[in-house]
Amino acid sequence: MNRSLAINIGLVAAIAAAMLLSLIAGKVWIPLDAWVHADPRWPIIAELRLPRTVLAAMVGAGLGLSGAAMQGYLRNPLADPGLFGVSSGAALGAVISLYFGYAAAPWLLPMFALTGAAITMALLAVLVGRSGSIVVFTLAGVILSSVAGSMTALAISLAPTPFATSQIVTWLMGALTDRSWDDVHLALPLLALGCVLLGLTGRTLDALTLGESAARSMGVDPRRLQLLIVVGVALCVGASVATAGIIGFVGLIVPHLVRPLVGNRPSAVMLPSALAGALLLLLADSLVRAIPTVSELRLGIAMSMLGGPFFLILLMRMRRRLA
Amino acid sequence: MSGLAVDHLTLARGGRPVLDSVSAVFSPGRVTAVLGPNGAGKSTLLGCLAGLLAPDAGQVLVGARPRQTLGMRELARQIGLLPQGGDVHWDVDVATLVGLGRYPHRARWGETQQDRAAVARAMAATDVTRFATRPMAALSGGERARVLLARVLAGEPQWLLADEPLANLDPAHQLDTLACLRDVARGGAGVIVVLHDLNHAIQVADEILLLRDGRTVAQGAPAEVLTPERIAETYGVAGQIGTTPGGVPFIVTMPMAHHA
Repeated sequence: MNRSLAINIGLVAAIAAAMLLSLIAGKVWIPLDAWVHADPRWPIIAELRLPRTVLAAMVGAGLGLSGAAMQGYLRNPLADPGLFGVSSGAALGAVISLYFGYAAAPWLLPMFALTGAAITMALLAVLVGRSGSIVVFTLAGVILSSVAGSMTALAISLAPTPFATSQIVTWLMGALTDRSWDDVHLALPLLALGCVLLGLTGRTLDALTLGESAARSMGVDPRRLQLLIVVGVALCVGASVATAGIIGFVGLIVPHLVRPLVGNRPSAVMLPSALAGALLLLLADSLVRAIPTVSELRLGIAMSMLGGPFFLILLMRMRRRLA
Repeated sequence: MSGLAVDHLTLARGGRPVLDSVSAVFSPGRVTAVLGPNGAGKSTLLGCLAGLLAPDAGQVLVGARPRQTLGMRELARQIGLLPQGGDVHWDVDVATLVGLGRYPHRARWGETQQDRAAVARAMAATDVTRFATRPMAALSGGERARVLLARVLAGEPQWLLADEPLANLDPAHQLDTLACLRDVARGGAGVIVVLHDLNHAIQVADEILLLRDGRTVAQGAPAEVLTPERIAETYGVAGQIGTTPGGVPFIVTMPMAHHA
């Protein structure tokens, strides 16, 4: 208990440091002595870096918590919030808005993405029905994400102009470039509500450690649990994709990073996963800004590049344990 | 506290009746062994008692109240189920796993003094206190089975339902587990246990419920229920009943032809 608390406090401190770094780092390094209103570099901090930093922390926390909840719910350490189709649905919504060239109005794309996420969530709820079954849930998620993925591919191949194609492809890679306070205002309430709903599932996910029969015999209502998970993950992932595009691997990696520190109990993994998700995305986003490339490295690509080797290490460790 | 009963319980799956009008009464403080060949409906009966399955007809009575009138949480407090197989999906330590059994009693935040006391009692009763901090993955099969039983006992149920708790255990651990079940009944709870081995049943049970094809063949004291005729009729094998020099009854089963 005390150990968990110490780790959470340590993570909060690390997040504070990473936020500071995120405000300083970038194409233009802004040392602390420039942090005064009169300095010409002040608007960079207040209007560009601060919303971006806040958004990175929020999105990272939402994805990390969603990952921990999904892995606990499916009792599978390889589960990812992307697995159940909401991120693909949100991406499809955004891609449709780019396809028709609606991106001129900056608020249209996130709205389309949120609509895509909501439709996918509704379809998921319809497909799963009242069964509360985890197998049906997983299958329905795989179906929805592959359908949305194929529609996205269709949109890319039929895009009216090469410009639209490049816009879609670039957007799909996920980034926090040029985000404003509007994005923060849009995502914050959705992410907050999603996190609260997922937080309510902690004890029930613990009970699910014993399998479905034992959990139900202890009074777990599988339909209530499924509803909380579906709506909670959909809010977190939908808001994340709407404001940052698809950023993979955060939800998948982060719970693995915190388990050695806080143990395997699903509820104990949740809060540190949210915090570590925020930390990871803050660091990764500072890194992509600091690396001197011609155009900024996309955050989604950076995360995928981290994710591959991470899974290789995981695989090697598993093999050693099995040998 | 009064009994747990099923009244004309009927449940069909895929058009085939799994339970066909089964009626039985279980008493607190006693061990009832549920016996019968594969597919007799034993696990389904436990599932109905634990509230996991809804019968098509008939009802489950918990202390004279129909099961549906009790909330899920109230039912979970009264009836503890030790399911077959014993999944543990995350490698947590033993004390944490046993603590999961307090779920039906949980307070909104944190664990209470009562929770801690119940977990400690359950671990003492199953003799797992000394592994409290060990991870589940480090336990042997027998230790693991005892920890899973402790998880159910931590919920302090008035009824303990155990579905083949002896599967995959060596003889010594099987006898240990049977002794644990007896202790639970001595403590006042009713124990209903699905078993395959007739010898285990006559050793542990105060009462036997014999099922076949979803119907009750007999319910009563072991010596009355397990006669050679009933064993032949129910399992299709010949059974011979004897007593060790020490006075422990045993049953030997063999193919019908040998007997004839």
